[in-house]
Amino acid sequence: MKPQILTANRLRDGIVVFFTRDGGWSERIDDSRLSDDEASRAEMVAAGERAAAAGTVVGPYLIDAAVSGGHIRADRLRERIRAAGPTAGSEQTLKYV
Amino acid sequence: MPLLKNGSLVDDPWISVADGEPLPAEGAIIVSLTRWQKERANLIARANGLGVRLAAADHAGAIAADLPLLALIALEFPTFRDGRAYSSARLLRERFGFKGELRAVGNVLRDQLLFMHRCGFDAFEVKDTAAVDEWKQAMSEISVFYQAAADGRATAIQLRQQRRPQS
Amino acid sequence: MYRYDEFDAAFVHQRVEQFRDQVARRLNGSLSEDEFRPLRLMNGLYLQLHAYMLRVAIPYGTLSSRQLRALAEIARRYDKGYGHFTTRQNIQFNWPALADIPDILLALAEVEMHAIQTSGNCIRNVTADAFAGAAADEIEDPRVTCEIIRQWSTLHPEFSFLPRKFKIAVTGAPTDRAAVAVHDIGLKIVRNDAGEIGFEVAVGGGQGRTPMLAKVIRPFLPRRHLLSYLEAILRVYNQLGRRDNLYKSRIKILVHEVGTETLTQMVEDEWALIKDGPVELPAGEQERIGRYFAPPPFANLPAEAPRYEAERHRNEAFAAWTRTNVEAHRQQGYAIVTLSLKPAGGVPGDATAEQMDAIADLADRHSFGEIRVSHHQNLILAHVPRADLPDLWRALVALGLATANIGRVSDIIACPGLDFCSLANARSIPVAQRLSERFRDLDRAHDIGELRLNISGCINACGHHHVGHIGILGVDKKGEEFYQITLGGSSAEDAALGALVGPAFAADQVVDAVETIIETYRAHRRTGERFLDTYRRVGLAPFKESLYATA
Ligand code: HEM
Ligand code: SF4
Repeated sequence: MKPQILTANRLRDGIVVFFTRDGGWSERIDDSRLSDDEASRAEMVAAGERAAAAGTVVGPYLIDAAVSGGHIRADRLRERIRAAGPTAGSEQTLKYV
Repeated sequence: MPLLKNGSLVDDPWISVADGEPLPAEGAIIVSLTRWQKERANLIARANGLGVRLAAADHAGAIAADLPLLALIALEFPTFRDGRAYSSARLLRERFGFKGELRAVGNVLRDQLLFMHRCGFDAFEVKDTAAVDEWKQAMSEISVFYQAAADGRATAIQLRQQRRPQS
Repeated sequence: MYRYDEFDAAFVHQRVEQFRDQVARRLNGSLSEDEFRPLRLMNGLYLQLHAYMLRVAIPYGTLSSRQLRALAEIARRYDKGYGHFTTRQNIQFNWPALADIPDILLALAEVEMHAIQTSGNCIRNVTADAFAGAAADEIEDPRVTCEIIRQWSTLHPEFSFLPRKFKIAVTGAPTDRAAVAVHDIGLKIVRNDAGEIGFEVAVGGGQGRTPMLAKVIRPFLPRRHLLSYLEAILRVYNQLGRRDNLYKSRIKILVHEVGTETLTQMVEDEWALIKDGPVELPAGEQERIGRYFAPPPFANLPAEAPRYEAERHRNEAFAAWTRTNVEAHRQQGYAIVTLSLKPAGGVPGDATAEQMDAIADLADRHSFGEIRVSHHQNLILAHVPRADLPDLWRALVALGLATANIGRVSDIIACPGLDFCSLANARSIPVAQRLSERFRDLDRAHDIGELRLNISGCINACGHHHVGHIGILGVDKKGEEFYQITLGGSSAEDAALGALVGPAFAADQVVDAVETIIETYRAHRRTGERFLDTYRRVGLAPFKESLYATA
């Protein structure tokens, strides 16, 4: 089964987060819990729904991912941009970041 | 369904009758526009109050001529996003002069109450009894209105004109 | 410009408190996301790829220096030090936290601004010619009309849950700088044979998946009937616009399906019943609002400004800038100056907080403290004495805002695309950056002449690609970014929709493809002929040939 991870946006500030191996949420995709079987996938989805109901995150969903070179990498470009931040934009050239 | 009228929950004396369902022997009833059009003569013969329910797609003009026979019009919001009933409400009040109860039914939510009231609704089928407090808040949180509608609230333009009698 | 009175001020402050309560209910869990979404959208708050995005209305694109400083302060305090000016004369902040939004809205209210109706299926922020009140060819300042519409449409009880969003644009001049043909309603201020002022009313323009140009349904609407006529159009649309299919719900589809004649008849019939009713403006109101837009206290300046002329003769960079970024003003001795937010390699429409503060200072010094936002995503100082131009130019050069490229190939409109937008198929900003780098040489850009290059990251067409002389649309092909190119669009008074030139290009080919198109134009053009006119004369064929023949 294709490995997947669970992602969402944090309610308070909208920042992208990933469901972690210890059942929390992290801004780093590398902390993600990888799932490649039905049971653990269902568990993650349920945990996501609980977190959404509790007002921790918004709109949790599963995405395809793979491990390469010791890092977790989302399959779709959209998700890679979500994980890493905009590839272009003013925040990259500004001193505030 | 709790019924909110004049800011409080009231008993609902009206029976909403689905199409195909037998009419109760007595009591005030609300029927669909289709049923009204089909069974009009029968319905008029009843002693008690008559109301018609318009679906979002029904045009207010379709019932205009019969308004003197009706004490209530219910307008449906299949979802709060469907805003057709706002137009129907204003037409019923402002164009066709309907003076009876104008009731909002369906997906009637707190954050739309003010819009509905402004368009002429005076009764609301709400989902729970928290609606009384919500109503109070919804009616008081905004006090400036920029356009004339069916509610008679003074508009900002009118208030400005009163403030400056010279123009 | 318009100033809030006690009614407007009370209203926006009440809205802030209303939303503060809604945000609190969301954060404490009493509102679910499904219940909260429509409420936040009514306050211009989206949830995008990386964060929340707040869209703030800049009514008809006019800002005071004080307002621009407030936007700079919001960018610094609550965002990452910049803001993004959009084609709809709004500004977007890409990184605010939900918990901070009520305070941001309060900061906006303090300077007479808000984010109301910048999203949702309601009447959106009304847009206007960015040269309003300054353009030499203007019949009347369109902002008076816009402000009247803004007030009428604010929290309109009947029209807040339309089938879909509704965009109105107004131009007061025959030269269309407001893209009225691609709006749900486009109003053009005109004069009839008797010399009276009124509107030409066009309905059903739009972009997105099914682009259409608006159809004129009334060649002359007397000015006093503006609101009753708009109310008639909106009422017909609210009742009959499609609600079964998101992609068919704009008024353009209704116009298309029932036909322009039938729609016109329906509007006229409805109008006949409400004309002269309570919706019309009372006597004196038009004039009252008009007074807010009275011209600034212009000085009596001579037509010639020797300082300016001298600088032009000895400074070629300055002279080049005056040719592209400076336009004639109706008032003798003044000029309209466009500040380019399109530096080579930059992000179209972005301005940093420092730039905003500095622009506010320059506006105070040179342009009666007023700034405009154009739908081409640039900023404008509308009333600059010609003699001030050399000083202003030097200040703008230091700020990176003096790129002499307005209306040229690198003056690109681009939507946020896949770098920010949750609906995107492909990135827009990096393509715009690479294109503006490729055409960085201004001599070459000036040789190419007037060119509108617009980029959208998906078919929603926020980047106006349908009406770009060259339009670029990002598509997704099996997970890869590809770009379709259209030619021949225009959003000006000669409005047209672009035609697809052929199969899409991969991300690493699209800049070369644009260059090929431009070289093909240069090979075919007649002396003085714009890209658009050459295209209209020769058609797609030569472009297809040079793009696809050799492979
Ligand atoms: C980043 C978040 C954004 C989202 C989610 C978004 C969403 C959309 C959608 C769904 C449409 C299509 C509407 C329809 O066809 O009915 C649309 C159209 C449009 N948007 Fe955006 N947009 C965004 C940003 C922008 C920006 C930054 C601009 C200005 C640069 C913009 C300007 C427009 C314009 C001009 C249209 C075309 C108007 C028309 O369809 O007639 N949008 N947008
Ligand atoms: S055109 Fe598409 S990608 Fe670009 S901002 Fe609009 S919705 Fe997003």
